[in-house]
Amino acid sequence: MNIIVIASLVPDLVEELEIDSSGTALDTSWLRMIINEFDDHAIEQAVLLKERSGANVTVMAIDQEGIDEVLFTAAAKEADRLIKLTGDFGEGANSHALARVFAAAIKDLAPDLILTGVQAHTNLDGAIGPLLAALLEMPFVGYVAGVKTADGKVIARKEYPGGLTGEMEVTLPAVMGVQASEEPPRYVAVSKVRQAMKTASIEELPAAALDPSGGLNVSRMYRPEAAGRATMIEGSEEEIAEKLIELFKEAGAL
Amino acid sequence: MSYDTIKSIVTFGAILVSFGIFGWRCYQFLWVNLRRGQPSGPFKQWGERIKGLFVFVAAQYRLFRFRYPGLAHFFIFWGFLTLSLTILQAILEGLLAFTNPHFFLPWVGSFGPLALLQDLFAVFVMIAVSYGLVMRLVVNPERYKGSHKNQGVIVLLFIFTIMLSLLVMNGIRQNLGTDAVTAGWRPVSRLVGGLFAGMNERMQEVIDQAAYWVHLAVVLIFLTELPGGKHYHVVTSAPAVLLRDLNHPGTLPPAPEFGSDVGVSKVEQFRWRQMLDFYTCTECGRCQDKCPAYNSGLPLSPKLLMMNMRDNLIERGWALRAKESDGVLDKRLIEDVITEQAIWACTTCFACDQECPLFIEHVAPIVDMRRHLVIEGQVEAELQDALSNLGRYGNSFGQSERMRARWTQPIEPKIKDARREPAEYLWFVGDYASYSPTLTGTTQLTAKVLRAADVDFGLLYDSERNAGNDVRRVGEEGLFEMLAEKNLMALTKSKYERILTTDPHSYNTLKNEYQFNGDGRPTILHYTELLDQLITAGKLEFTKQLNYTVTYHDPCYLGRYNGIYDAPRRVIQATGCKLVEMPRNRDCALCCGAGGGRIWMSEGDIKERPSEARIREAVALKGMDHFLVACPKDVTMYRDAVKTTGHEADIAVKDVIELVAEAMGISLDNTGA
Amino acid sequence: MNQDIYVVIEHVQGKVAEISYTMLAAARELAQGSGGQVVAVLLGQKAQKLAETLAADKVLYVEHPALEEFTPDAYLTVLAGLLGEAQPRVALLGSTTIGSDVAGGLSERMNAPMVSQCQKFQVDGGAIKSVSKICGGKIMAEIDLPETTTLVCMIPGGYAPEDGQGQGASVETPAVPELEGLRVKLTSYIEPEAADVDLEKEPILVAVGRGIQNEDNIELAQELADLLGGVVAGSRPVVDQGWLATSRLVGKSGKSVKAKLYLALGISGAPEHVEGITGSETIIAINSDPSAPIFDVAKYGVNIDLFDLIDPLLEQVKTAKG
Repeated sequence: MNIIVIASLVPDLVEELEIDSSGTALDTSWLRMIINEFDDHAIEQAVLLKERSGANVTVMAIDQEGIDEVLFTAAAKEADRLIKLTGDFGEGANSHALARVFAAAIKDLAPDLILTGVQAHTNLDGAIGPLLAALLEMPFVGYVAGVKTADGKVIARKEYPGGLTGEMEVTLPAVMGVQASEEPPRYVAVSKVRQAMKTASIEELPAAALDPSGGLNVSRMYRPEAAGRATMIEGSEEEIAEKLIELFKEAGAL
Repeated sequence: MSYDTIKSIVTFGAILVSFGIFGWRCYQFLWVNLRRGQPSGPFKQWGERIKGLFVFVAAQYRLFRFRYPGLAHFFIFWGFLTLSLTILQAILEGLLAFTNPHFFLPWVGSFGPLALLQDLFAVFVMIAVSYGLVMRLVVNPERYKGSHKNQGVIVLLFIFTIMLSLLVMNGIRQNLGTDAVTAGWRPVSRLVGGLFAGMNERMQEVIDQAAYWVHLAVVLIFLTELPGGKHYHVVTSAPAVLLRDLNHPGTLPPAPEFGSDVGVSKVEQFRWRQMLDFYTCTECGRCQDKCPAYNSGLPLSPKLLMMNMRDNLIERGWALRAKESDGVLDKRLIEDVITEQAIWACTTCFACDQECPLFIEHVAPIVDMRRHLVIEGQVEAELQDALSNLGRYGNSFGQSERMRARWTQPIEPKIKDARREPAEYLWFVGDYASYSPTLTGTTQLTAKVLRAADVDFGLLYDSERNAGNDVRRVGEEGLFEMLAEKNLMALTKSKYERILTTDPHSYNTLKNEYQFNGDGRPTILHYTELLDQLITAGKLEFTKQLNYTVTYHDPCYLGRYNGIYDAPRRVIQATGCKLVEMPRNRDCALCCGAGGGRIWMSEGDIKERPSEARIREAVALKGMDHFLVACPKDVTMYRDAVKTTGHEADIAVKDVIELVAEAMGISLDNTGA
Repeated sequence: MNQDIYVVIEHVQGKVAEISYTMLAAARELAQGSGGQVVAVLLGQKAQKLAETLAADKVLYVEHPALEEFTPDAYLTVLAGLLGEAQPRVALLGSTTIGSDVAGGLSERMNAPMVSQCQKFQVDGGAIKSVSKICGGKIMAEIDLPETTTLVCMIPGGYAPEDGQGQGASVETPAVPELEGLRVKLTSYIEPEAADVDLEKEPILVAVGRGIQNEDNIELAQELADLLGGVVAGSRPVVDQGWLATSRLVGKSGKSVKAKLYLALGISGAPEHVEGITGSETIIAINSDPSAPIFDVAKYGVNIDLFDLIDPLLEQVKTAKG
């Protein structure tokens, strides 16, 4: 089975996010970009499929600062092929544009399964997965928390609210949006990544020009006001505990 | 054929068999098996090494850490040496019986003083052996748990028998006048001989020869028992001490690499010098006794670690020879010979290595196996999170680097940025002191104390990363190198004369593992060392004398690893406190349980936390006001332990700096001196 | 194109999902501005009854066996046709396991722009502004919707679901398109493990997040829950690690709770979790990060290391209980 995983970077939410001077976008100067957690799960799911039923795993991403390490880490996890799409990805690189870029690159690769994170927290015009599926005319299933192959069919486990899950039988080729891999993403030792940097290579393919239509322009971006903020309880630990006890009593817990 | 001829033939045969078995097993264990091991050495500093033979082998120095067992073994050891010639005597007596039934070794065989010494030592040995038997059969201390007790008892009985039979032989020979020395030189043998004096000569000769055969037989059987068991140390102890690792204990050896594989997953991947350690283990259990993991109920025993690896090395040796294995070769070192749980249970406190009379290294092989697990990605979730955070943010808390110096905000004037301004001391603060909300106050207090003492210091601010000591000990060598690279880059760009640190773990790795190129390694001080120096130089003014009764806990990485015991004590005493030592102090201090990355792992099934046992130990010293520590992790661990043991009313945990601050009249609210 | 506001209704195992009512409430606000109707789109099989609770002007009910339970392929095909033909001013879908699966496909097929994570709208006559919450709840983004058909995926929190409940909507049954060669088939649902607790029925919840640090510490939360007569719950990271059963998950993929008292210990307040707790009466959050988004949702907050607070708190609770 040929699997392609689409990976993207997102701003690390550990840092404070600032808005730039235009007031319509994030200030990128202080941003630390890290792999989208869901894409990390998608890579893990692909590697698990490779380990369990033998598959060829390609990880694809657009060229940006910090992506090399992500790709090499995937190689250290036994991904077979790394592809970086080069081009100008400044303004206008929304989900629609990126989906088109990926679709163009994937058309000739004939994958059986495309995995990507179910969403990225920066998405304003949808996630890449469903858009990519539509462009490639493949079915899409999202919120996938497990994929298995059985008798030539692929079964995706889809998550619903309340802990309910559903098993979907999917005809390949298909695109899936991964919510969680069956096992949490494995640890890759730093030396293993460094070694992958020496032994693996990243193929560079030129990306098609960006076409962001389908996304809309932000008129204003801002940090939510602290209005509606919690009443903070302060003091020593004992004092805080006392106040909490009062609140517990009010709520009928004591 | 005469008896004497038969004696010679039988002796010859017995020696052939016994030496043959012994020789063959030694060849297999010490040559063939060790050759499969990885290279070791180079071995330098021979002066030091030979001195070690005198101190640790001849004088049995470390054995006296357990006083009476040490004394007993001292006599057994010296008895063995002193009486070794009697064994040669017995062998030659047998071999040469056909030409000389009353053979004695030339010169030494008739040297009176030696005979006296041997006679006396025979008694000492028998007393020591009896003590040993009582220990094993009656007292049966915890540290023997897991050791081959029966083997031990049998060998003690062997030794006793060898001594007794010798005394009987010599005693009867005294009676019959066939001894090579005069009566005065063998008082004990004479006494023993007296028991048989009433019998007729023929009878005595028979008993003499019977005693001889028992003597020879037990010696030869003992010889065949030696290789591969707890008594192999008789052969390997001197080489082990001679070839011991003379590197600083705080310097871990580099990670072994086998192609893309790192760390040890098969016993052959250990260095042959480490394999020698496995053979040398006497199963005494002193390491186990001191191990905080073992004593908290976790499945790690340094002793059993050595024994299991020895057994695995031996069985694999035989299996590889036979080229068929019966499943032996399929046994995995990690998980079958030693469980993963045991490997991760180690806090790297070094108590085992410190305690071992034969310098067997327990921590290094554990780290080597951890290195393999890390490369394989077999790391539990919590540890994985900590390592990911360390890799991404340079601290295990998962907080941004920019938050590292947040604790400095209330301090006026702003603390020097050592990256921009030269300072005499570069204060390497450490993760816990920087990020843990509980410890922020203590860190700020430290800054105030240093200011009040006119210490010119600066920080690396957000260029500082976790020093990597415990990252290395968890087996993530690559991450350690990355962190060290970043720290060294920041250090190289900064202008300072000495490095100061409040964290013993950071202290250890900066001092012993960081490669400072160029100008070489700067002086690195723990803050208690600096305070000690300042007090001696009169630069610290105490406005009041504190009258607390306190006890001091030696942090593992300050004490055992780096030998700093006195400086903190002088500082404490200078504040006017009365220092009472806990029973386990200095290099016997009980680890708090957080080291070796344990603070980043799930606790597991612990019966009693080492930190709780320690608090109980302190509280048992009546009238204790404070439990003093000099390590940020210790503050966290022990404050928790005080709560969980319910001793909040009995004792309070304080960092030494808090005492110093109080004695100087400095608190967080005022500006102090 | 018309000025109607279409709402794609979500239902699972015969029950309408709450987000559908939230969207109907939003649609009402939009329709008042645009002058169009609120049209609910209900796909299903023998599901006409579900139309009875929808506060819409009209319900378009498409019936087909393949639509009985949601599958992305079938729903996308039907909706692309239906919405493509109708070209409403705005079509609302849930930012959920149902809506998100089809929204992107619809955007491409209909050539219609889309907006995600919309929590609220600002309507000024015919001008519509969507307000989205992204980046883990840390950033708000306003977008002026064009005059042409736009798809908007909604998250809860901006409208009261009750405002989307109503009766008397007229039901139309448009023709069903051919549904052949569907590539995704629902083979079965797997119910969550027989839950020892039903979080939705518990009045007092003590919930733990990443800040609890490890499985052993959950004991502390359990102790507190026991003392308060409550039950332990958790956010996604805790359940993913296996430290709590999935029956204890609160949030988007778990339960939505309406507790009287919800104690959030070491929970940052990511939208996926917050989605599940906004119905609770008193939310008290304890977190060592002063900028944690949970403090925007909680009624009371304590910025402290939970491990510093938990022991004195347990002590005092024990004393209070006598």
